[in-house]
Amino acid sequence: MVKSIIIAGVGGQGTLLASKILAAAAGAGGLFVRGSETIGMAQRGGSVSSHLRMEAKEVSPIVPGGHGDILLGFELAEAARMIPKLRPGAKCVVNTDRIIPTNVALGKGVYRGEEYLALLKKKYPDALFIEGAPLALAAGDIRTLNIVILGAAAGAELLPFTEAEIRTAIRGCVKPKLLAMNEKAFALGLEAAEKRWRERKQID
Amino acid sequence: MAKRVCMGNEAIALGALAAGIKVAAGYPGTPSTEIIETLVAVRQPDVKVQWSTNEKVALEVAAGAAYAGARSLCTMKQVGLNVASDPLMSLSYIGVKGGMVIAVADDPGPWSSQTEQDTRGFAKHANLPVFDPSSPEEAYEMIQAAYELSEAFALPVFLRPTTRVCHASAEVELREPRPAREAEGFEKRPEWCIFPALSYRRHGELEVKQRELARRFDAMPFNRIEGGEGCKKGVAVSGVSYLYAKELIGELGLDVRLYKIGTPYPLPEGLTREFLDSVDSVLVIEELDPVVEEQLLIAAEGKRPVLGKRSGDMPWNGEYSYELIKQALLKYLALPCEEAEAEAEELPPLPLRPPVLCAGCPHRASFYEAKIATKDCAKAIYCGDIGCYTLGNAAPLNMVDTCLCMGAGITIAQGLALAEPGTKCLAFVGDSTFFHTGIPGIINAVYQGTDITVIVLDNRTTAMTGHQPHPGTGRRALGDEAPALDIETILRGCGVRHIAKVNPFDYEKAVAAMKEAVAFPGPSAVIAEAPCIAHIKKPSTAHFVDDNCIKCGRCIREIGCPAITPDETGRAVINGSLCTDCALCANLCPVSAIKRGEING
Repeated sequence: MVKSIIIAGVGGQGTLLASKILAAAAGAGGLFVRGSETIGMAQRGGSVSSHLRMEAKEVSPIVPGGHGDILLGFELAEAARMIPKLRPGAKCVVNTDRIIPTNVALGKGVYRGEEYLALLKKKYPDALFIEGAPLALAAGDIRTLNIVILGAAAGAELLPFTEAEIRTAIRGCVKPKLLAMNEKAFALGLEAAEKRWRERKQID
Repeated sequence: MAKRVCMGNEAIALGALAAGIKVAAGYPGTPSTEIIETLVAVRQPDVKVQWSTNEKVALEVAAGAAYAGARSLCTMKQVGLNVASDPLMSLSYIGVKGGMVIAVADDPGPWSSQTEQDTRGFAKHANLPVFDPSSPEEAYEMIQAAYELSEAFALPVFLRPTTRVCHASAEVELREPRPAREAEGFEKRPEWCIFPALSYRRHGELEVKQRELARRFDAMPFNRIEGGEGCKKGVAVSGVSYLYAKELIGELGLDVRLYKIGTPYPLPEGLTREFLDSVDSVLVIEELDPVVEEQLLIAAEGKRPVLGKRSGDMPWNGEYSYELIKQALLKYLALPCEEAEAEAEELPPLPLRPPVLCAGCPHRASFYEAKIATKDCAKAIYCGDIGCYTLGNAAPLNMVDTCLCMGAGITIAQGLALAEPGTKCLAFVGDSTFFHTGIPGIINAVYQGTDITVIVLDNRTTAMTGHQPHPGTGRRALGDEAPALDIETILRGCGVRHIAKVNPFDYEKAVAAMKEAVAFPGPSAVIAEAPCIAHIKKPSTAHFVDDNCIKCGRCIREIGCPAITPDETGRAVINGSLCTDCALCANLCPVSAIKRGEING
């Protein structure tokens, strides 16, 4: 059964590293992986997405519309942009921090954050929403946001890998001098997701 | 054999190492850049890897190595091949001794390119064979086969991946890299020198080789007919479209006879005949130009319809996708399209998010200063070039009036200046582009005495493609020290008489220097020197907007820095985690409300 993961964000948020880590985790677990990245001009603050498809040799490297099983949204509007790519009932972790595009700041275009959030909540009632930026800053750098979200996805048990498999993949993909910071980011994301999970269970 | 998830460009580089290359040369360009970068990262002993000054240089360096019998690799993006086309066209006549692969990445879409040109067509134009991988794992195998073919036919061979192969990833079964094969050495003979009599002979031989290549390709595993025994509906597919088609055929249980083509030029002779003879019609699915389609049209001799771009069944431009191919296949097979897809759910309006110059990018300051420096000119035209600074075209800077190709800003400005005397023509060129193809234009301006002002945006790196070194950086591809060629000295050596060097973050001085250069009669230059923001450690300080903000919006409206956004009341807010403390905005605030502060203060 093909499992398709989409990571959506803004150029500079580190979707590429996150997808490399997930691909490494999948490969280590013996799953055939095929995927695709956005590399080029869009990396300068444009919309970017990474696609990963597991257990499928002869498939498109890009997740076709309606085929996405898991969404890791690094930015709210970019997560909403991916809705047409997702299956009904897809699993999502979404960072609710907003990055307002420069053209919106200049009055060209709109950013309707509340509407994006409401729609994601309506369509994916089990989705996990977290404020990632404070956690990334607490880990030591806003650029660890990608690892915070990976931690949250692991904590919410969204991914077809164990927490240990992802931790191993992080060690293999992150520069040694940045490892401690990234491990902290992963732990903070994981903890936030588990906390949210417990809260939700209590409500239920 | 070891299995590893590789990006397509990584697989191409590792395949070249498995083939025992000794020399690799390229110029960075999306989506090809990571081929050389992988070679740099692997650091295979005895493999010489270089970022060359431009693609023509890279191709000639790789050709020279192959003359001596070494296996060589040359990499570039599709528009780079235009620069390298002069040596290419002659090289197909002269040929090579050691295997030579020219890996040229095409960019259907286009995502990060000026054109949607098709390197497969270029290969045909040059009478050279071309491999077209559908996936990273196939690219890995193909480049190794390409070296064998290159030596068997004594011709350079193209490998033409597209963005969705270069930047796709997949598990690849890797062989051990072979030690670089020692070159036998250059053997002196008259055939290395191109002369009309030799060209006449070689042209004839080259045409004969085309037929031999077409026969050789019959036996290659990259070309095959799949499934559909007895099915009369043929589908021919090249490149990544093969994977889209395979997913659809599997998912929807479609019955077609699929001709998977890995060598789009020349088409395999026998296999093509066998395929055509077995079907009543063909739909050709290939991105960019109808390279396969036109060869199939000729081979079909009008006996069966060959549908594709020429028949209006497939689009000419843009990238193909699962969805696009699904529609085309269902229509071709006269199957109903699902209704559900027609009523796609309405999303709330989403903001466009085009790429922008980074917060703190020195180019933003340089562009803004040039705008201020020329605001009293009756008319000023800003000629841009290729690089991050092409993004200076966006509002609110609007500082790129023209952009054509690498190095063209400096020369387009000269033509404009000749046609419109009195108009101030400025050309912006990055440091890597300056070395690539900027210098001949500078020489022409001096020689012709044309009054232009060149602003060299020197951030000491090839930024857009991911920070590759170039002749001005003092480093080579592998990180070893090199002489750093000084742009000011080169400009002076070319005869430019008015040259200023400024720090673009020294606002008043930079504006004054640009004003002076623009006023200078004759060619002038300003070198705006500041490192790429991605290369410097983010300081612990940033700029912040204090309570004196009068909500005029000037800081947002003038420079469009992504770190500054208005809050719901219209007051400017600077995001401390994005701000790099460049202070450009502070120069614009009419009430001095933007001040430096500690980020965690």
